[in-house]
Amino acid sequence: MIDTPLFATPAILLQGALAGLLFGFLLHKGGLTRFDVIVKQFLLRDFTVLKVMLTAIAVGGVGLYVSSDAGWLAGWHIKSTHLLANALGGAIFGVGMAVLGYCPGTGIAAMGSGSRHAVFGVLGMLLGAAIYAEAYPWVKEHILGVGAWGKETLPSLTGWSPWVFLAALSVAAVTFSLRRSHATRKGLHRHELLRT
Amino acid sequence: MVKNPLKTERWSPWTVGIGIGVLSWVTFLWMDKALGTSTTLVRAIGLLEGIFSESHVRANPYFAKYLVGKPGIEWQFVLVAMMPVGAYLAARLGGSTRVERVPALWADRFGPSFRRRAVGAFVGGVLLLFGARLAGGCTSGHAISGGMQLAVSSWVFLGAMFVSGVATAKFIYEKGGR
Repeated sequence: MIDTPLFATPAILLQGALAGLLFGFLLHKGGLTRFDVIVKQFLLRDFTVLKVMLTAIAVGGVGLYVSSDAGWLAGWHIKSTHLLANALGGAIFGVGMAVLGYCPGTGIAAMGSGSRHAVFGVLGMLLGAAIYAEAYPWVKEHILGVGAWGKETLPSLTGWSPWVFLAALSVAAVTFSLRRSHATRKGLHRHELLRT
Repeated sequence: MVKNPLKTERWSPWTVGIGIGVLSWVTFLWMDKALGTSTTLVRAIGLLEGIFSESHVRANPYFAKYLVGKPGIEWQFVLVAMMPVGAYLAARLGGSTRVERVPALWADRFGPSFRRRAVGAFVGGVLLLFGARLAGGCTSGHAISGGMQLAVSSWVFLGAMFVSGVATAKFIYEKGGR
């Protein structure tokens, strides 16, 4: 924006548009644009959110590490470790997600499928981003330095092969997805009844 | 006859999980990007503040990181803008568009007032994005994209977010009720 054009190149914008369209589509088909599904995950009554996340992580991770071994991967996009900030931010995020009933991506997507209250959530998100920008100098000085290990991964930290972790994640994703708890079945049934 | 999957209301969690996993291959290998959402809200509010005071945005090191010398409307910005469109299409095709003003679980605990729900959602949104920016990402950028790269930062975030979410939800939604 400042000192450059406002827009990236059309090719980049088109790629983003395609990815966003598919991402929003998938989130809705997974039921993740629904407040109830997300809050019930935190109440441990419906495990849809964890099942989707674990499967996505396992499938994505296997593909990325295979691609990396084959030399197809242009580069990783690993976020630097800031232990205190990662943990504290995650904890604050969890409170926000339980209250709003959405994370940023699902809340934004949910505006498209009829959630009126999500609109207020997204407005709140903008304010949250603005507040963080103002707090950043302080946060950088006092919090970001604690446990700043750089772009560490589980394999680089432990010295184990990535395939140890990917195998464990794949097994977890499969067993977890196959298990349909009694509560989930009841939950789905109730939501189907409500709809008719 | 098999029903057109685009017209079914919901897909199984692992169909969707595989879909998001494969979409990540595409974004990494073709676009050299990782799926993410929350940085866009920083760019959006920075652009908005910039309309009123460019010097303020330029002087703030956090906004400067994302907006000075870089296009504000980039890959992830368009991605985020298109997410509601994707959800809209999925809902229309599957016949699952539902105007929801106050979710049932919320109403059980806080009553049917839309104003109260709007305030709750707003406050939740503020915490959500402050937490995401402090942690360096959200459920998409950290948990999913970072999780699959086996990043330490992302797994710390994922653990903290889940424990805190469970504690908060149990406290808020189960206190007076069941």
